[in-house]
Amino acid sequence: MKLAVQVNEGPYQHQASDSAYHFTKAALEKGHEVFRVFFYHDGVLNGTRLTTPPQDDRNIVNRWVELAEKHDLDLVLCVAAAQRRGIVDDGEAERNGKDATNIAPKFRISGLGQLIEAAIQCDRLVVFGD
Amino acid sequence: MADLYTVNKSPFEKNSLADAIKFSTDGAAILLIEDGVYGATKGTAVESLVTGASGKKFYALKADVKARGIAEDRLIDGVELVDYAGFVDLVEATDKVQAWL
Amino acid sequence: MSDVKKFMYLNRRAPYGTIYAWESLEVVLIGAAFDQEVSLMFIDDGVYQLVKGSDTSESDMKNFTPTYRTLGDYGVRHMYVDKESLEARGLTTDDLIEVEWEDWETEESVDNIVEAVDAGQIAELLAESDVVFSF
Repeated sequence: MKLAVQVNEGPYQHQASDSAYHFTKAALEKGHEVFRVFFYHDGVLNGTRLTTPPQDDRNIVNRWVELAEKHDLDLVLCVAAAQRRGIVDDGEAERNGKDATNIAPKFRISGLGQLIEAAIQCDRLVVFGD
Repeated sequence: MADLYTVNKSPFEKNSLADAIKFSTDGAAILLIEDGVYGATKGTAVESLVTGASGKKFYALKADVKARGIAEDRLIDGVELVDYAGFVDLVEATDKVQAWL
Repeated sequence: MSDVKKFMYLNRRAPYGTIYAWESLEVVLIGAAFDQEVSLMFIDDGVYQLVKGSDTSESDMKNFTPTYRTLGDYGVRHMYVDKESLEARGLTTDDLIEVEWEDWETEESVDNIVEAVDAGQIAELLAESDVVFSF
């Protein structure tokens, strides 16, 4: 089965990102293809490398990064949502004249078309939100 | 096969469970996750939502049930516990997923 | 599998109080470029998204209500509204904006694609879609 996963909420505030992570991991471990994880709304906040949770808690951002490294996952942050919420990569920093970037490794910023494309190409779209 | 309907809200907070039941077809699989698992508990003022729904099969995500201290004997009869691998299996076994947030 | 999928956007939230309605609408606008068969469903507070007369001049928020009127130009074929949700809120379809649709090639047109439907129809419409987007 070819899966697309959509995450609508940021880390820690809401369980959606946790649920999406555990679901994605379980799907990969069962041998399914996860074509793309698309982060929308506050979900783009899952993609900042500046997150610093207390040591006795899970690191939600790093967990996504590690899963992506292991399975070559495509983690996409919606560009419009990311711009509104201050998630910046090199390209965005240059285009919008920002003095820093904060995107985590393995994440990339791209357009909403990536969500539509994933929905067209995949057998299932699974949405996690508030 | 029918669809999988996920519900992540407590039935005391929002009508997502009621909606998922109302707007689902016969043979629907309804999976309660996150705060949605409270909808799977017995002896509540809203348990008839689940006990009165015919032609639907209810599931609850085990990790979320356990995190909320819900003992298995507090679950409504017929609600099946699944782990994340079981969640994936439900996605595969149904036509598509509808998220009732 | 055919090249064209039936997309259903499920809207259950009021506009302005949170960004969900607006960012959901952005997906519909961008999605137009992909030529899928697109329908929108409005249930619960989602029906408030279509109420006419919105004026955001004093709240300094972007007024996106007029954007819904243009959806016919963005390939949206159907905008379904839950009858019971309307009634529960003291609304009728007269309170809602109208959205025109026209097929430029065949010149087939519909004056208003906003349509009130009941629970049974909604269950069927959702079930027969290929993808349901929730925000």
